[in-house]
Amino acid sequence: MNTEKINTAKKQKRKYQIISVLSVCVFLLVWYLATAVFELAPSYSLPSPVKVFNTFLTKLHSKAPDGATLPKHFISSLQVAMLGYLLGAVIGVPLGIAMGWFKTVDKIVRPVFDLIKPIPPIALIPVMIVVFGISIKAKAVLIFFSTVIPCITNSYSGIRQTKQIHLWVSQTFGASNMQMLFTVASPSALPMIFAGLRVAMGSSWMALVAAELLASTSGLGYLISIGRSLLRSDLIIVGILCLGMINIVLTAIFNLVEKRFVRGGKDE
Amino acid sequence: MMKERKTVIECRNVSKTFYSMAGDNLVVDNLNFNVYENEFVVLFGPGQCGKSTILNLIAGLEKPTGGEIIVSGEKVTGPSPKRGMVYQTTNLFMWYTVMQNVEFGPKMQGVPKKVRRERAQKYIDLVGLKGFEKHFPVKLSGGMQQRVGIARAYANEPELICMDEPFGHLDAQTRYLMEEEVERISNSDRRTVVFVTNNAEEAIYLADRIILLHNCPTSVHKEYIVDLPRPRDYTSPDFLALREQITAEMDNTL
Ligand SMILES: Nc1ncnc2c1ncn2[C@@H]1O[C@H](COP(=O)(O)OP(=O)(O)OP(=O)(O)O)[C@@H](O)[C@H]1O
Ligand SMILES: [Mg+2]
Repeated sequence: MNTEKINTAKKQKRKYQIISVLSVCVFLLVWYLATAVFELAPSYSLPSPVKVFNTFLTKLHSKAPDGATLPKHFISSLQVAMLGYLLGAVIGVPLGIAMGWFKTVDKIVRPVFDLIKPIPPIALIPVMIVVFGISIKAKAVLIFFSTVIPCITNSYSGIRQTKQIHLWVSQTFGASNMQMLFTVASPSALPMIFAGLRVAMGSSWMALVAAELLASTSGLGYLISIGRSLLRSDLIIVGILCLGMINIVLTAIFNLVEKRFVRGGKDE
Repeated sequence: MMKERKTVIECRNVSKTFYSMAGDNLVVDNLNFNVYENEFVVLFGPGQCGKSTILNLIAGLEKPTGGEIIVSGEKVTGPSPKRGMVYQTTNLFMWYTVMQNVEFGPKMQGVPKKVRRERAQKYIDLVGLKGFEKHFPVKLSGGMQQRVGIARAYANEPELICMDEPFGHLDAQTRYLMEEEVERISNSDRRTVVFVTNNAEEAIYLADRIILLHNCPTSVHKEYIVDLPRPRDYTSPDFLALREQITAEMDNTL
């Protein structure tokens, strides 16, 4: 009976996969028909999928017209994103945890934090350019800001939501304050912390692309903005699809890491 | 029958008032009772009468507003690993496996890994969860979760174990099984236990002595020594007579 259940589940999954593939194919077909066959839009404004694919292949090795190959742009974007993101997470998560657990830390950090929190990170781009110039530093600091804030907020409320009864249990087992923090409060906050890291990933990626569109000399955002000024919409679409693809890959990696760390599942 | 028995818990004129904006709420009013070493005492009382509050006071999680509680000669001022607790609702650490939950107490005391693992294993086996050591609590049924909670309290080897309606949420069938389980455990690992319930059958099945509590504000209403032979038979005439008597008396507590 159980194997039967698994089989139906497998069938369901297979069916879903087929539908997904079909729907993407239909989308591509409509795109192809609209552009290459019926020519509803001029090819400089909306190129056909074939043209986009060709551009993608040539951009893999060609430096024209923007000065770097696609993998170079790709790596450049990813490098900055990782640097800022990791820095933001490594500082934000422990800081949020400390603010949630120790009243004095909360009192000291809170005023500054409340001041910075409402600023949308993208609004910081001009400041960063003035301070750091058009450099990798400016972008990394920007991403740091857009990561650190959701990390602090979520870690803080995760710690604050520790159940009183769990603290009681650990107290009746003689746990010290630090033991409670590490064995009870932090693990129980972990799902919230990961939710914060996930939000941070989205917002830092967004901030990066915005920064590259506005002021940059490399990266996928820069490729897109060059495509715009040269009226090369095929280039723009290649850039956009790559951005989307990176996000899918990063999310998948993130899910794996989360699964490894957040164990046991939720109460009730 | 009483010779020199070591007193484990002494409640002396214990009162507890909860102060709040809405007004003061006297929950425990001048409570006096003793519990002796290796005794299985059941606190039996109507719902919402303050049973959990009494256990929290003994465990040191709440402070009395009047009187004092002495456990093994020392006044209770806060929680201590010497006093274990099994709670009304399951509150296992969901992020730890069964084994990690059970070894939590000794781990906090700094017991070396090998020793505490062995000890935890002993109690996991005792509550019948052998083979589930690596499972996370979400995968277990309510009854199994409560067993983990019981093993967790025992594995710390406290002088005293408080259990707060541990089977309140279980269905009747599981409840009977768990009562037998507790009976078996306390036979093979004798400890002082204070067990709270509002189920007369459960009280009589398990108790050496039943303390019948008043409705809120609560204090001791009456005591019953239960000396029926163990394991007890729910359907024996003596059992039923005592049950009749206690249920009738319960109505007088309201
Ligand atoms: N922390 C608290 N603050 C204010 N009032 C409280 C608090 N804890 C308990 N009370 C009050 O004390 C009374 C008794 O509560 P308690 O939980 O001890 O009863 P109980 O006998 O364990 O009930 P149940 O049978 O539902 O488990 C209730 O009226 C409750 O409102
Ligand atoms: Mg209660």
